Amino acid sequence: MIQAPDLPTWAAIIVGLLVFGGAVITLLGAAGLLRLHNFYERVHAPTLGATSGMAAILAGSALCFSVLQTRPVIHEILIALFVTLTTPVTLMLLARAAIYRDRSEANAGVPPDPESGHGQPER
Amino acid sequence: MIRRAIPFPLLTLALLAMWILLTGFSPGHMLFGAAIAAMVSRTMLSLRPERPTLRLGRAAVRLALIVFIDIIRSNIAVAKIILLRPPERTSGFIELSTALRSPDALAMLSIIITATPGSLWVQHDAHRHVILIHVLDLIDEQQWARLIQERYEKLLIEIFE
Repeated sequence: MIQAPDLPTWAAIIVGLLVFGGAVITLLGAAGLLRLHNFYERVHAPTLGATSGMAAILAGSALCFSVLQTRPVIHEILIALFVTLTTPVTLMLLARAAIYRDRSEANAGVPPDPESGHGQPER
Repeated sequence: MIRRAIPFPLLTLALLAMWILLTGFSPGHMLFGAAIAAMVSRTMLSLRPERPTLRLGRAAVRLALIVFIDIIRSNIAVAKIILLRPPERTSGFIELSTALRSPDALAMLSIIITATPGSLWVQHDAHRHVILIHVLDLIDEQQWARLIQERYEKLLIEIFE
């Protein structure tokens, strides 16, 4: 405990477990990028790191700094809020780009565009 | 008068709160943060003049709890799929009809579905009111339809419509 000499042992153990657990979950999500088969499947994997991986690491951080009483836990809540709101937007954008490409190249395994059946969009 | 100066009071307040939480409390930051919050929230005027209806009551709390539980559950499910690689698993697209009409409710649903590991929002067809999602472990389409319509949509309608 060189970085935080004031942290009591019980807190250090819990913080360590939380941060390590979060890192393992995030690593598992990254491994999913290698182990899953196509693009749409792979998009699912990183959400592990963005949800429970992030939650565990932030919980460890919140506990550590609450016990040390250097600052309130609000920062972690803000981080959780912003990660939860922004990650899905990125993933949706990736999925949209992928499906647009697959449709324009007429690749198999992709449902047809429902919009194309309607002719001109309504104005 | 106040309506015109601060058209989005909730957003302004949230921005000010965030500024103070991130910089620490002092009279100077309070003033600076208030000025920034008032200015930044005004940019929303050019983005969307439409005022969202939002009822933050019991339904909102219940939805937050349900989503929290579902995210933990699907985290475990997706972790298992990545680790064990069950050979019989199939992934695929599902089309679901949706009862939601409000763009805010649809945006919220898209974030819930995508933030939950194992399901991904791909498209919303505003003509037919159909959403297209991709599911990592597709066993039963009906089960997904029920999950989204009964667990999420009902509460979203209560909150937003």
